[in-house]
Amino acid sequence: MRLRILDSGHGFGTKALFAVIRTVSRQPVLDVIKLVKYRPDFYGDPMAAVTQNAMRGPSAWTVGDRELMAAFVAKANQCEFCTKAHSAVAQGAYRDGKKVSAVLSDLETASIEEPLRATLLMLGKLTREHAVNADDMRAVLAAGASRRQIEDALAVCFSFNVIGRLADAFGFFVPAPEAFEAGAKYLLARGYR
Amino acid sequence: MSDIRQARKTLASRIQEGDGKASPFERSAAFNNSGLAEPAATLVDKVAKHTFRVSDEDFAAARGSGLSEDQVFEIVVCAAVGQASRQYDAALAALEAATGKE
Repeated sequence: MRLRILDSGHGFGTKALFAVIRTVSRQPVLDVIKLVKYRPDFYGDPMAAVTQNAMRGPSAWTVGDRELMAAFVAKANQCEFCTKAHSAVAQGAYRDGKKVSAVLSDLETASIEEPLRATLLMLGKLTREHAVNADDMRAVLAAGASRRQIEDALAVCFSFNVIGRLADAFGFFVPAPEAFEAGAKYLLARGYR
Repeated sequence: MSDIRQARKTLASRIQEGDGKASPFERSAAFNNSGLAEPAATLVDKVAKHTFRVSDEDFAAARGSGLSEDQVFEIVVCAAVGQASRQYDAALAALEAATGKE
């Protein structure tokens, strides 16, 4: 990582927690964990409240749908760490790896429901171009997504437009797939708190 | 329905106005991507607009200007949350334009 404090500036208790994580998971501690555990009162804790709500709060979208949105937003931001991390979580939630890879490789032809496809299309534009207009929203509504579903998708998009930026800016190390799979199991079991 | 409004407000307020190593002015300027001096201004603009282009040199320049690692950490977090907030607010405004105020 580009800041030494994020790698090794944590307190004794947090370093002990990292040792437990390494022992139990037999994987390195993901850089995203190091980030949220560094001075957590500044960023990690208040951001966790946002992300837990967006990703695990009540919604007409499933957990798999929202993790897929996270991976899709990450890909639009060209963030390798978050794309791999949340592809793994979406695959675990859906129990269908092919669905996730199909969406990420070609949204137009992937076999998914139209409200989800239209929502992802809008999130991709918002992430790449930093703006959408009323016509973009009408297209999502016409595809069958409700206003509340769009608001929920925008909450996911907010979270991953923050996290993806921090991953790339701080230079998160991209580990082997096994580390992301271990992280995915944790996020599916425990959420983002 | 998930509702991140209060949690997002708390986050934005904490990182800009709460205790920190960078001044509240610097953190708000990073959040708004406006009003920072170089080289922090370039780092913040890259984080906001094309993060994948952020380089080791951008961090070295920020550190070389006298900012501590903690100050850079805070400024980068503020830049990321600020840009994501602008996009989120713009999208909600577009949704409201399409559906009318709820």
